[in-house]
Amino acid sequence: MQDFIQHLINGLNLGAIYALIALGYTMVYGVLELINFAHSEVYMVGAFASYYVARYANLDAKPGIVSFITCLVVSMFVCSILGLTIERLAYRPLRNAPKLNVLITAIGVSLFLQFAGQAVFGADPKVFPEVLQDSVLFEWGMIQLRLFDVVILLVAFISMAGLHFLIQHTKTGKAIRAVSQSTRTATLMGISVNRMISITFILGSSLAGIGSVLVGLKYPKIDPLMGMMIGMKAFVAAVLGGIGNLPGAVVGGLVMGVCEEMVVGYLSSTYRDALAFGLLILILLFKPSGLLGKARVEKV
Amino acid sequence: MRIALILPFLIATFATFGMNDYTQLIVLYIAINIILATSLNLVNGFCGQFSLGHAGFMALGGYTSAALSMHFHPFDGAFQFLNFLIYALAGGAVAGAAGWLVGLPSLRLKGDYLAIVTLGFGEIIRVLFLNTESLGGARGLFGIVGLHGIDLFGLQLSPFFMSCTIAYLWASFTFLFLWRWTHSSFGRAFLSVREDELAAECMGVNTTRTKVLAFVISSFFAGLAGSLYAHTTNYLSPASFQFTRSVDVVIMVVLGGMGSLTGSVIAAIIVTILPEALRPVQDLIGIDIRMVIYSLLLILLMILRPQGLLGGKEWSYFLDSSLKRTTDIWRRYVRRPS
Repeated sequence: MQDFIQHLINGLNLGAIYALIALGYTMVYGVLELINFAHSEVYMVGAFASYYVARYANLDAKPGIVSFITCLVVSMFVCSILGLTIERLAYRPLRNAPKLNVLITAIGVSLFLQFAGQAVFGADPKVFPEVLQDSVLFEWGMIQLRLFDVVILLVAFISMAGLHFLIQHTKTGKAIRAVSQSTRTATLMGISVNRMISITFILGSSLAGIGSVLVGLKYPKIDPLMGMMIGMKAFVAAVLGGIGNLPGAVVGGLVMGVCEEMVVGYLSSTYRDALAFGLLILILLFKPSGLLGKARVEKV
Repeated sequence: MRIALILPFLIATFATFGMNDYTQLIVLYIAINIILATSLNLVNGFCGQFSLGHAGFMALGGYTSAALSMHFHPFDGAFQFLNFLIYALAGGAVAGAAGWLVGLPSLRLKGDYLAIVTLGFGEIIRVLFLNTESLGGARGLFGIVGLHGIDLFGLQLSPFFMSCTIAYLWASFTFLFLWRWTHSSFGRAFLSVREDELAAECMGVNTTRTKVLAFVISSFFAGLAGSLYAHTTNYLSPASFQFTRSVDVVIMVVLGGMGSLTGSVIAAIIVTILPEALRPVQDLIGIDIRMVIYSLLLILLMILRPQGLLGGKEWSYFLDSSLKRTTDIWRRYVRRPS
């Protein structure tokens, strides 16, 4: 039982990170109907940005809340600039092209960032500096609640709440929702669709930036290929919750994280990657609209 | 047809006498990549579906063939090469069956979802091999038998000559098979599914069956290529069938033009040679720029020339058009009809 609770805590942590990244996938899918394969590489670049800032500003010399927030802000900033650039240079020229072409471009951008990252940052893994000191907050038998667990859940929760407010209660959010329902009608209502798409990319990418710093805290090993697997799992989480649906992405992420921890805890860690794809295949076969998504009838 | 039969022997002869070991290996890889690219083109180009799991089927074919070669060798001596025919067919058959199993449920999905699911299956197959200790697991499978050289009435044929000839014979066979297939009514069904699934259905094309058929044929040839790969390198490891290999093949298909077999062949040659040609540059800079260039190529192609190098046309089109041009010139300036 104590085992189970510990796995649950770890799973929720992992799930919160998946959820943050899944939100980026689901938002872009909502407005563009495109799986933004490059999203996981945006996350990778965010991790490296905060790594370099922490190293050159000597943030790990004085770990604490200030250093942590500096890392978060830098990572969010770099990620949103990168997301914006990708959208401008790669996706915008293809706005009216067939979907397959955009998909191939997305894969191309993702590979480009991966391998350019290997060339620029070096292929060997780096240790993420300790910008916040971990401590055990609470202990009961085998169960340990650490400071990082609380920080990760808290930061993830605050950013999701912020996103929820932005999407549901501001004018920009309303415009983004309008674009995701119908691009044409949104244009007729005087909404600048391109601007809304850019804003969506900025929002999604900065969430990925937050996610990257949180991962850096918990699993302090970063390398240029780190984005691929976690991005894939976050995407599965987005599909699991119903792609295009924001609460769905959060639920999907949490479910995904907990399932993965349970598989690692009770079966074998070699199957942790196969689990994600297995889940994806099951969900696509039996409920393609996801847990919270609405089934859409495809019109002819 | 006759060209397709003779060409493999010519290439093999040329490669045996005119090249060193290193280039000979590249020549073999070209044959394997031609099979991979043309077969993936059937699904991605002709049928309009997007598969990202070709490496998984290749792995299945390779491992099947390697495992079979350890326990089963009915022919000996000069006819040893016939064993490899059986291994290749078995590898292809297993991959094709897996393609059927994978394709049946997943081809109900479209576009991006299909891409992700096929990627997922490819990864699952790889993870399974990673966890199968009897097939080497993560260490890989060593010492897979290759072809022997044979003594043909006093003519010494080297092992390389044999494997090169057989690889290119398979490549020719693949090309011819896919060519005839895509130019038949089955092929037109593929095209109709690509252009408009609903209209195809209205015309009486069973779209699900057509898509699964394309997938099975494509995986069969991927398995065949895997078998050739296994007996060429004599070593298999799950690391050689990663996602990037599937992407390599997709790049060949996209570069050559989706829906053009000739394009796939040309692109397979380019994509295999390019990294080797870039090796001096790479040594100069000191970083691996192969995939950087590939990925940039992919993005630029999609933005500037989404139809690929040949734009869905075949060699016969270019032959016809150049013939037509010559006859036009002939008519206009030489014969001058009254």
